[in-house]
Amino acid sequence: MAIAESTNQVSTNWKEVKSRSSRDDRQMLVFMGIIACYLVVALAFPLYAILSKSFENNDGAFIGLANYIEYFKTPALTYSIQNSLFIASITTLIVVSVAFLFAYGLSRSCMRFKSGFRVIALVPILVPSLLPGIALVYLFGRQGMLKELLFGHDIYGPIGIIISEVFFTLPHALIIIMTALSIADARLYESAESLNSSKLRTFFTVTIPGARYGLISAAFVVFTLTITDFGAPKVIGGDFNVLATDIYKQVIGQQNFEMGAVVSMILLLPAGIAFFVDRIMQRKQVALLSARAVAFDPKPSRVFDWAMFGWASVVSVFILTILLTCQYAAIIKFYPYDLSFSLNNFDFDRMDGGGWTSFFNSLKLASWTAVVGTVIVFFGAYMVEKGRGFNAGRGVFQFLAMLPMAVPGLVLGLAYIFFFNDPDNPLNFLYHTMAILVISTITHFYTVAHLTAVTALKQMDKEFESVAASLKAPFYKTFMRVTVPVSLPAILDISIYLFVNAMTTVSAVVFLYGPHTALASVAVLNMDDAGDIAPAAAMGMMIFYANVTVKILHSLISKGILKRTQAWRYR
Amino acid sequence: MRSADPYLRIQNLTKKFGEFTALSDISLEIFEGEFVCFLGPSGCGKTTLLRAIAGLDIQTFGEIEQNGKDISSLPPAERDFGIVFQSYALFPNLTIQRNIAFGLENLKKPKTEVESRVVELLELVGLSDQKDKYPAQLSGGQQQRVALARAIAISPGLLLLDEPLSALDAKVRGKLRHEIKDLQNRLGITTIMVTHDQEEALTMADRIVVINEGIIEQVGTPQEIYNAPETTFVADFIGSMNFLSGVRAGENRIEVGEQVFTIDNALWKADSEQNHDVVIAIRPEDIVVGAASENCIDASVDSVEFLGPFVRAELSSPALSGQSIQADFSANRVRSEQLEVGSKLQISLPVNSIRMFNRASRV
Repeated sequence: MAIAESTNQVSTNWKEVKSRSSRDDRQMLVFMGIIACYLVVALAFPLYAILSKSFENNDGAFIGLANYIEYFKTPALTYSIQNSLFIASITTLIVVSVAFLFAYGLSRSCMRFKSGFRVIALVPILVPSLLPGIALVYLFGRQGMLKELLFGHDIYGPIGIIISEVFFTLPHALIIIMTALSIADARLYESAESLNSSKLRTFFTVTIPGARYGLISAAFVVFTLTITDFGAPKVIGGDFNVLATDIYKQVIGQQNFEMGAVVSMILLLPAGIAFFVDRIMQRKQVALLSARAVAFDPKPSRVFDWAMFGWASVVSVFILTILLTCQYAAIIKFYPYDLSFSLNNFDFDRMDGGGWTSFFNSLKLASWTAVVGTVIVFFGAYMVEKGRGFNAGRGVFQFLAMLPMAVPGLVLGLAYIFFFNDPDNPLNFLYHTMAILVISTITHFYTVAHLTAVTALKQMDKEFESVAASLKAPFYKTFMRVTVPVSLPAILDISIYLFVNAMTTVSAVVFLYGPHTALASVAVLNMDDAGDIAPAAAMGMMIFYANVTVKILHSLISKGILKRTQAWRYR
Repeated sequence: MRSADPYLRIQNLTKKFGEFTALSDISLEIFEGEFVCFLGPSGCGKTTLLRAIAGLDIQTFGEIEQNGKDISSLPPAERDFGIVFQSYALFPNLTIQRNIAFGLENLKKPKTEVESRVVELLELVGLSDQKDKYPAQLSGGQQQRVALARAIAISPGLLLLDEPLSALDAKVRGKLRHEIKDLQNRLGITTIMVTHDQEEALTMADRIVVINEGIIEQVGTPQEIYNAPETTFVADFIGSMNFLSGVRAGENRIEVGEQVFTIDNALWKADSEQNHDVVIAIRPEDIVVGAASENCIDASVDSVEFLGPFVRAELSSPALSGQSIQADFSANRVRSEQLEVGSKLQISLPVNSIRMFNRASRV
């Protein structure tokens, strides 16, 4: 058995051994293929449709770059690029600083009322991005309650947009930075302390580098959310045009679909770049996470704790002011002339925008999205994570699953018009139905849901599948009896994420709703457009109530389910 | 004891991960009922070989035959094996008995049969009173027993153990070592265990396959591996070994420094060509204190290390031209000879304990 002997006998065949696929492998491949087809039809084809539309004229003939040339020759349009970048950069700067300090207080101080602050900071997720704009009109508009604070500046324009976007994006940044700060290794701080490093030096040599990727990632997320958001500039932007509102105006106002496609392509660019940089950062963050760290336990410090408490209070007051202003606007008779209590603003059936039906449609959309979306997303993530072989296909699937993050809702919506409204498309029957709204919403929010599922699946022992195979268990049995029960918390998280976002989204659905499928979030937009600002605020609050109710229900249900099915988690 | 045909035959197996060759042209035969250990340092390829046998990571080239059937390219689900991982990989949301029953249920056996088999297995691993608990409620050793019961529940032809004891503490490890070996004896199931722990391999295996850097260094019984290592790697990796560089000085003579050692040419493991540069090897416990007719040297004690039942002394001798030598002395001997740092003593290297290798092959 000496080495020299065995390496010399090259007599056997050097044909590479290819694994034969089992029935499981084939079945899983089929399921992955089905979900991949869904992503191709719901994402890749529409995106291709909008891309090719941007090279066509009104009659559908190919005209090369003519649309783009016209775009860049129209200063009124190109000016929006600058505006969008300006708004997004300033918002990013403000939000990342504010969120970092807030998160720092939550994770590194012993201030009081932490859980309360955390709940308040996440409120903006539960309302449409139109709502802060409406609140700002009441606060700083022409008859605003606090108008004097602006010293003659106009809230309609960049100031209003930025304040709204700060409100809208703050929780997203906060979640990311909280995660980054919470994985800090206490041992690093102990080492720094034992080396007599000053607090400030420790902050810059330990804290900031540790949270670096989180901060960068948060910055890109905020930037993307802001540059692609359409609600805030629509409500409070006044004459200040940005790319997102341009698309809306081109399509809804001027029926110039080709130019809408061109602006969409331009909007895709910064969002796409930000997305890819963010992906790289996320990967590096994961590498940091895998180190065995000892959890950091903050020690009380009177001055620092109260300073952090002060900051958290300021941020919370800002968020609550916006929310309560809308609440106030919704329940008074006629601001500013008659401030008596009234529920007239909730009489939606008397206004344009779809009435109460739109609210129930939204509930329907959110429920369908949550149920169907969770099934598709989790099943897809399982196939891609736990299947065997066909790695190229797996890579394509991963890419398709990540892509929606980079596609602004308006662009996706417009792409759907081009793709599904094409009379030659056999799927044309979906147009103006609830189904297409569900499809577009699932697709729009696919990435985060997919990542949540993948993370949960990765945390499971990777040998479960090996053991199951050795025990001759078909994959669906392992999936139903082990994978799903163990991942139940993540599955519930995905469903609530999809529900809440389906309730609040405007951008992904504003081009797609039909006469019978008007939605609450779109009703807010349309009522605000028509000057019915108070009813718009009321509808916005209805969305908020619905989301809060569902969120509370969700936590009760998950507590109940977890108690029954997750007994194994507790010793 | 061996039947003519091997139960598992691995032929010219090579596994590449991209450019990296994890296993290079491995050929091996394992017989029915054998307990074989794959032993080697971490990263040597032993787990890769196990996973290839299971079909979890299929080899790049080469063939595997199990029970006369070519299984080279079969997916794991179509092979016949049970497997136990270091991480236990118990399904956390199923109770102990449901974990054990998991494989049986897939065989479409009647319910009563499944239940009685589970009871039998629970008894076999001594966990009957824990059957309704969840894995997280058990200790590591108990969890590994459950994993073992789950693996053998479907009566596989081959049992694969991937470092099953490495995550456990020393006491439990020793106990479970016995239990696994005992169980394997009783069931007579062909078993392959991957381990980096030589003690585990030496105590449990019928045969040990020592692997290093993707190749097999030696296959043999624990006694053969320990007493007659075929390569310097095996000699060094298993147990402790002194290596002294020297040159040939005639028939049965090796010169180390000024000292000439008498050796037994039959224990010469290097190539038959008469190599000039050689290494002689002797285990610390084989060194004898006191004068003898052959291979006697005067040495002084440089340092002593207390290791409980015995003491390991670092010795040097001007005759060995700077090469030091380790020797194990019993605690009694140390007391009676009053050995301490600086002591002078005479030691001898028994001829039949000295092994020789080519110096070129020294790793």
